[in-house]
Amino acid sequence: MSTFKMPSLGADMEEGTLVEWLVKPGDSVARGDIVAVVETQKGAIEIEIFEAGEVAELIAEPGQTLPVGAPLARMRKPGEVQDDAPAPRAVPESPRTTAPAEPEESARSAHPTHPPRRASRALPGAKAPGGADATGVLASPAAKARAAEAGLDLTQVTGSGPGGAVLLADVENYLKTAPATKETLETPAAKPAAKPAARGKPGLDMAEMRRAIATAMSRSKREIPHYYLSHRIDLQAAQDWLGATNAERSPDKRLLMGALLIRATVRALAKVPELNGRFEGAHYTPAEDIHCGMAVAMRGGGLIAPAIMDAQGKALDEIMAAMRDLVARTRTGRLRNSEITQGTITISSLGETGVDALYGVIYPPQVALVGFGAPRAEALAHDGAVAARVCVTATLAADHRVSDGRRGAILLAEIDQLLQEPETL
Amino acid sequence: MTPKDIRAAFIEDLTSVAPDIDPDLLDDDEHLQDDLGLDSMDFLNLVSALHKRFGLPIPEADYPELATTAQAVRYLGKAPAG
Repeated sequence: MSTFKMPSLGADMEEGTLVEWLVKPGDSVARGDIVAVVETQKGAIEIEIFEAGEVAELIAEPGQTLPVGAPLARMRKPGEVQDDAPAPRAVPESPRTTAPAEPEESARSAHPTHPPRRASRALPGAKAPGGADATGVLASPAAKARAAEAGLDLTQVTGSGPGGAVLLADVENYLKTAPATKETLETPAAKPAAKPAARGKPGLDMAEMRRAIATAMSRSKREIPHYYLSHRIDLQAAQDWLGATNAERSPDKRLLMGALLIRATVRALAKVPELNGRFEGAHYTPAEDIHCGMAVAMRGGGLIAPAIMDAQGKALDEIMAAMRDLVARTRTGRLRNSEITQGTITISSLGETGVDALYGVIYPPQVALVGFGAPRAEALAHDGAVAARVCVTATLAADHRVSDGRRGAILLAEIDQLLQEPETL
Repeated sequence: MTPKDIRAAFIEDLTSVAPDIDPDLLDDDEHLQDDLGLDSMDFLNLVSALHKRFGLPIPEADYPELATTAQAVRYLGKAPAG
């Protein structure tokens, strides 16, 4: 029997709110299966399980906010017989809950020693169910965001979701049928709705995200002796090849320069493999696979850097497809925990409208960050004459505990080299 | 399709690639990338969606004609829309 715990989704995470279970007791799971959804300051994240087995018992209830490491479920290993040991849990009564009562399970009643399940139990350190809302109302992130925007107290809204959870539609309906919304602003429980000036992803708490970024970046600057390199790359060949290639393709098959930059970086890492890895505890472990984090800026502020998993085995078109998928899921859907915790290096590319160069702060426990400024035409010596060529400034921020500038320079030079022959990428 | 229909279709595709944009607050002269913050991937996804809906090739050379909602509606209206 093993315990499936609230995973840490990054150095900056202390707790998460269980949104839903995607498995039930008795289900068999394989390594990598998505078993639950947890809401964090990075949005809702799909949680994969890293051990095969069978779900013996779900301990945590949807709506509970739990610290990292708190038990979520008990798992039976393949072939393991059912045992009677109760789950390790403290059971303080929580007066407020909206979690639904569990249906009786026949398997459970066969074991009288097992404490009866109570919907109201809370785990150590657990907050009132219902996510960040102090009123204990169970609500979807979108509903919470909409309610906050409208200055609406969620306790006034009748939920139609699972366990009486308030859904976005419930909030919208309430707002429609109760035009005198202003009154609700005076309810003490209603958090003064700082209307988000910027348009952010629904359900994302910008203040939380800022705090999380600050925590991770402070740790980085405190622990990692950074060094920085910069190199201007003639991108004209890549630009010409990209234009010609895209001219032949329908929009859904087109490539972005960003895909070429990532592909070139991933390939260049073969020459300086020590830049790809993780520094955990007091040890650096180079990684065999390249899980390449890609910084995605959120409109309205904030940043998430989900990883393209196993990028070393992906050809250019596959890198592009993976980027599309990651950006789409970062904006509108769900990322998986492996994607936000298993990165081995990060690439940050400013795209067309950015500035010349960016000097990154390494995302711990990684040891390098490659940055690309905005490609633009510059006067450059080319074939013995000055010509207008599209250029990009590539930078490297790397960890001096693991590498030195001489090695780092090899990476940027190799990226340059590879981009001169884009057709071979 | 009338310009009104085209605009509605455009907004539908825009908000599907950028669900955080509130169509009620949208100004048709806002620049999709500079003002609304679409990045190159969002923009490409929007072009892909418009390509599918309108059956237009939308080559990269035409991208500047899709810089704002107002421009895009004009651009999409010029074509024999399906």
